[in-house]
Amino acid sequence: MTPPRDSHTLLDVQSLQVTFPGAAGMVRAVDGVSFTVAGGETVCLVGESGCGKSLTSLSLLRLVPPPGRIESGGHILFEGRDLLSLDEAALRSVRGRQMAMIFQEPSTALNPVLTVGDQIAEVVRVHTKCSRRDAWQQAVDMLAQVGIADAPARAKQYPHELSGGMKQRVMIAMALVLTPRLVIADEPTTALDVTIQAQILELLRELRARTDMALLLITHDLGVVAEMASRVLVMYAGRVVEEAPVAALFASPHMPYTEGLLRAMPRIDSAQVSDPDALPDRLVTIPGTVPAPDALPSGCTFRDRCAYAWDRCAREEPVLYQVGPAHRARCHLVQEPERRTPHAASTASREVAA
Amino acid sequence: MNTTPLLSVRGLTKHFPIRTGVLQRVTGAVKAVDHVSFDVARGETLALVGESGCGKTTTGRALLRLVEPTSGTVQFDGVDVLALKGESLRRMRRHMQIVFQDPYGSLNPRMTVGAAIREGLVVHKLAEGAEADRRVAQLLDEVGLRADHAARYPHEFSGGQRQRIGIARALAVEPAFIVCDEPVSALDVSVQAQVVNLLRDLQRARGLSYLFIAHDLAVVAHMADRVAVMYLGRIVELAPRAALFATPRMPYTKALLSAVPVPEPGAARARILLPGDPPSPVNPPSGCVFHPRCPHPLKDAACTRLVPPLEEKAPGHFVACIKEPPTSVPTP
Repeated sequence: MTPPRDSHTLLDVQSLQVTFPGAAGMVRAVDGVSFTVAGGETVCLVGESGCGKSLTSLSLLRLVPPPGRIESGGHILFEGRDLLSLDEAALRSVRGRQMAMIFQEPSTALNPVLTVGDQIAEVVRVHTKCSRRDAWQQAVDMLAQVGIADAPARAKQYPHELSGGMKQRVMIAMALVLTPRLVIADEPTTALDVTIQAQILELLRELRARTDMALLLITHDLGVVAEMASRVLVMYAGRVVEEAPVAALFASPHMPYTEGLLRAMPRIDSAQVSDPDALPDRLVTIPGTVPAPDALPSGCTFRDRCAYAWDRCAREEPVLYQVGPAHRARCHLVQEPERRTPHAASTASREVAA
Repeated sequence: MNTTPLLSVRGLTKHFPIRTGVLQRVTGAVKAVDHVSFDVARGETLALVGESGCGKTTTGRALLRLVEPTSGTVQFDGVDVLALKGESLRRMRRHMQIVFQDPYGSLNPRMTVGAAIREGLVVHKLAEGAEADRRVAQLLDEVGLRADHAARYPHEFSGGQRQRIGIARALAVEPAFIVCDEPVSALDVSVQAQVVNLLRDLQRARGLSYLFIAHDLAVVAHMADRVAVMYLGRIVELAPRAALFATPRMPYTKALLSAVPVPEPGAARARILLPGDPPSPVNPPSGCVFHPRCPHPLKDAACTRLVPPLEEKAPGHFVACIKEPPTSVPTP
């Protein structure tokens, strides 16, 4: 199932499983996720709240909050080394230095009692043998590189003195100061306004072009995906349900969930929006809501909300079927494409409230 | 048909005082909303958009008097809302409701959903006893929930369902006007679409007017008849939906629209990147509040001096920019 590893594979995740104790036994929040990230590539992990995308990204740095834990049986190979079998010291040398993380909320991820320059310099000093002065200089240079005007003065400020957009730039500077091979960004622009988001995405694109870093971007925003990704993984209820190069995913989604997400998203560029005489049509919806991880339906976890589902979907769990080069989808429709006609009953019936 | 606007807001201003020192002297003011004027017609959705801190939420609350405006007038169906006191203010609130962004934070966790919806009916003496129960069941059905949901508590519902409860509660008192304050921002895409459709269905069925406050321009494009763009406490552009999205005139609106990521891989983007962050509303720039970040080619010293009035540059299209010439639109 996993595509063959080529010489450029930087990260190779196999059968990752994260469980949490629930009322009725262990709940699998991430259930057998496998994917790869090649050097210099941008992979987007998309899905709605609770689909397991953030837990997947935290697992890569072994930061899953207890009582959650990564089950044995899976592997996270980073440049050929299995991160799940490293001891703390070896892991620390990977974190921050070769693999770094940018969090969604810069205001909670930054230390409020240290200046931002000190926080970046600390990263440098922990991982390299360099003087306090050199580390500080590297911090200031990095702040300038992420587009902070008057970096020497800003470096002496505390997080509360900076705006949200600037704090996110500081987070990015901290992640990139040691030029890691892989940067994991968990919803890096979700808390920001749209004009500031545009600045940050532009910055990430520019840094990626300059440094050849690989980027694993976790987001729920398909607009951000279209602008940033080379490859996309769509997650639903703890699993990857579709994986494709970005153009193929948007042009021909195979999994009905992906199709639903793409159609449910309101767009400002649709022709209806510029028709002055009528309000745009109703938005397409996905009925129902994401099932709780301890109450997943049998077979395909999406079947309750799917307009195409038939008896096979309840009986048999779909695997990730290959649908094209590097394009896979977890849906029986791949094998039985003639069934891709929505049920009259389900489309005519009233929307199920979510 | 009544063509006078349902809601008419003129020069609405809200300044929050800044107090400093042991004596808590007022040393300045946050100019959260500064001379905002607009109308909402019967059955219309006016969207108020802008980025965090632009004053859109304060505007919505000030006109319901959830925060007291500093100055200005609000006429609702011919009544001066800002002059009302006590019982008459309470009676007016029946006609003007609000749906909040965070439906969990706005529902009492110790009150069943049925009790929360029923409260408004009882307070306004619209129904009681079995009649109130019947109305609650009817409202739950109208927002796509089941009658038996009335006995449950807010924590038993998903985010989308809670937002439906918030809507049912607002509808209970049969208002003519609802302020929707970021009603879908906290919801996932698939659920967001359901709630947007619900709001539009209810509007059609009941002839409601909405002030739809949002930062997501794509949602606004699918909800609003007209759109007002706010920046630093002021409306900088106000236009019918199609005109605003197709031919924005204010440089800030253009930048805002161009910043929205388009879900189309490889699409060419003419993005206008604004430098820096919005300035503080404590000490807003002189003249046009947008001038320090403005990319308009004709920007000059006048922009730093003159406060641009919100002028009608094309029929129904109001722009606050002294460098934008009026256009004559050919009349058919």
